[in-house]
Amino acid sequence: MLKIEGLTAEIDGKTILNGIDLELPTGEVHAIMGPNGSGKSTLSYVLSGREGYEVTGGSVTFNGIDILAMEPEERAATGLFLAFQYPVELPGVGNANFLRTALNAQRRARGEPEVDAMQFLKLARAKMKALNMPEDMLKRGVNVGFSGGEKKRNDVLQMALLEPKLAILDETDSGLDIDALKIVADGVNALRGPAFSALVITHYQRLLNYIVPDRVHVLMGGRITRSGGPELAHELEAQGYGQAAA
Amino acid sequence: MNAITPINNAANFLRRAEGLSAPGWAVALRAAGRDALAARGMPTRRAEAFKYTDLAPVLNAGFVAPTGSRNVPPMPAQRGRARLVFVDGVLRGDLSTLPPRPLSDMAAVLGALTTPDTQPITALNASFAEDGLVLEIPAGEDAGLVELLSIVTDGAIAFHPRHIIRLGAGAKLALLDTAQGADGIAYLHNPVFEVSLAEGATLAHVRVQAEGRAAFHLSSVHAAIGAGATYDNFTLNAGGRIARNEIHAALNGAQGACHMNGAQLGTDGQVVDTTTVLHHAAPDCASRQTYKTVLKGRARGVFQGKIFVAQVAQRTDGYQMNQALLLSEDAEMDSKPQLEIYADDVKCSHGATVGALDAEQLFYLRARGIPADEARAMLVEAFLTEAVDGVANEECRAALDEAVRSWWAREA
Ligand SMILES: Nc1ncnc2c1ncn2[C@@H]1O[C@H](COP(=O)(O)OP(=O)(O)OP(=O)(O)O)[C@@H](O)[C@H]1O
Ligand SMILES: [Mg+2]
Repeated sequence: MLKIEGLTAEIDGKTILNGIDLELPTGEVHAIMGPNGSGKSTLSYVLSGREGYEVTGGSVTFNGIDILAMEPEERAATGLFLAFQYPVELPGVGNANFLRTALNAQRRARGEPEVDAMQFLKLARAKMKALNMPEDMLKRGVNVGFSGGEKKRNDVLQMALLEPKLAILDETDSGLDIDALKIVADGVNALRGPAFSALVITHYQRLLNYIVPDRVHVLMGGRITRSGGPELAHELEAQGYGQAAA
Repeated sequence: MNAITPINNAANFLRRAEGLSAPGWAVALRAAGRDALAARGMPTRRAEAFKYTDLAPVLNAGFVAPTGSRNVPPMPAQRGRARLVFVDGVLRGDLSTLPPRPLSDMAAVLGALTTPDTQPITALNASFAEDGLVLEIPAGEDAGLVELLSIVTDGAIAFHPRHIIRLGAGAKLALLDTAQGADGIAYLHNPVFEVSLAEGATLAHVRVQAEGRAAFHLSSVHAAIGAGATYDNFTLNAGGRIARNEIHAALNGAQGACHMNGAQLGTDGQVVDTTTVLHHAAPDCASRQTYKTVLKGRARGVFQGKIFVAQVAQRTDGYQMNQALLLSEDAEMDSKPQLEIYADDVKCSHGATVGALDAEQLFYLRARGIPADEARAMLVEAFLTEAVDGVANEECRAALDEAVRSWWAREA
């Protein structure tokens, strides 16, 4: 279970997170919705350990372990995964090499045997097929020249390969066409199970038709202002944040 | 004249050079070198071409001649079909698989491509010039991969091999040139290459400079490129305390090509310098230069790239890019591109960038579980890719990748 209590954080001396309280029980999927600039991406960066975000108060534990004290790579090895709102391009870093290095780094950190090039290729091909991604994307530089939607799918491919215990999806639906949305949702749903949980950040109720959340939270001004069942997403879509979340 | 004659800063070298007895073939060459040193000394930082690289530590070091050591150090596995080996500055026929040929065979062309009066590093070599790699590939022959290997194990020696490589029309050769040495010995390796390519010949020249940390490496390549010929130089400049590689290349015949790529890796207290001078002296030639420099600690990197395009060199297609990645705030990169164009129908571009590792890219890798050091290594390797990818010969590429990785493993 992910437990966030009274979390406050700032960037360059400016407070962005104002006391977040959130519990995500293992096996559940929760959605976070909220206006632009309310702190959704900031929360995802703080959870995954990005430099420059200073935690000024509160705590975050994942299955009882304090993750705020861990390096980003340690958090990843414990099973945390962030699908970026804007996946980064890495010119000169081959996608296959990147994916295998990441997978093996995590396996090494967990004391598991590494996968060799052949095993990896077999695994990657299967996952790519499920996500309807052309195989030549393995040969290209990470996200280099990928379309917006392709970048998002590449992030989901990473998630499918790394099989995290806790996934944070930051607007993974934005920029996806209708078919890609279903494919990505299938990718997330394939991981769902008693040992997997996810925080799905989105602006659109549509994604939640495919990834049906257990709970929906509204994040405004750096704190959770309202929580409810899946029907809350519909309410927000109909009425906007002004009325529904106040 | 003033009563006080200034002390020649190359006096240490001159004194030793004057005491040498020269074989017949070397008399004129060494005299020309000594004359140049006696007249001008070695350049100080007041000299335009040496503004960024101070040779004073080399001039003050005080070296001895190779001591005739018979050491047999552990050697990297042979990659080419034959190789010529230097140990402690001595050409070792017993360790070489390529039968050495004496420079006297080349007396007729020796020094033909050089002008010691204006090339101090070459003049220094000329003053002491010793046997080096002498290779003549007959017209039409593909000689495959040949290696030149120098390892220094002991002694504050200075050695100055002169290498002559001549390819006949349409001939092909790949040359992997590796220089290594033990850390902690302040030796000087001062090789000069005279490369001459007849019509349609192709030379891939891959240099892996991985001298010991206290060493000095001052090298100079002189290449005359004939019509339709290709000279393809890649230089990894990674070792030594002061390491300067000069390339003086001339495209003398139509439709020749000159590729000069390289990677410089510098760490604390090191100066790594690449200086290229390229003459487009014939029409329809192409030149490509991509240099990447990675600096850590208090390292200094230098890139100077001069391109002359003569009036006859119409339809020249020239490109020069030089990029530096600074891994510390104390590192410093100096670059000086210089284009002199006298033809009117010319495509010539150049660019330079200096930057740090991208924090977002680093975080992306770490967020996927890749430890910070490994992530940085991946980004550095990625930065070098564009230059390194120019090395087509797989054996050379493997040697290069290995050298880069071992540098990183040692310095990270
Ligand atoms: N480096 C920074 N310096 C100052 N302010 C910043 C910095 N980075 C982000 N912010 C501010 O923090 C606030 C929260 O940004 P964040 O990206 O978390 O919003 P968001 O909820 O993800 O928005 P969106 O829906 O548009 O993605 C914004 O007001 C933003 O301008
Ligand atoms: Mg955001």
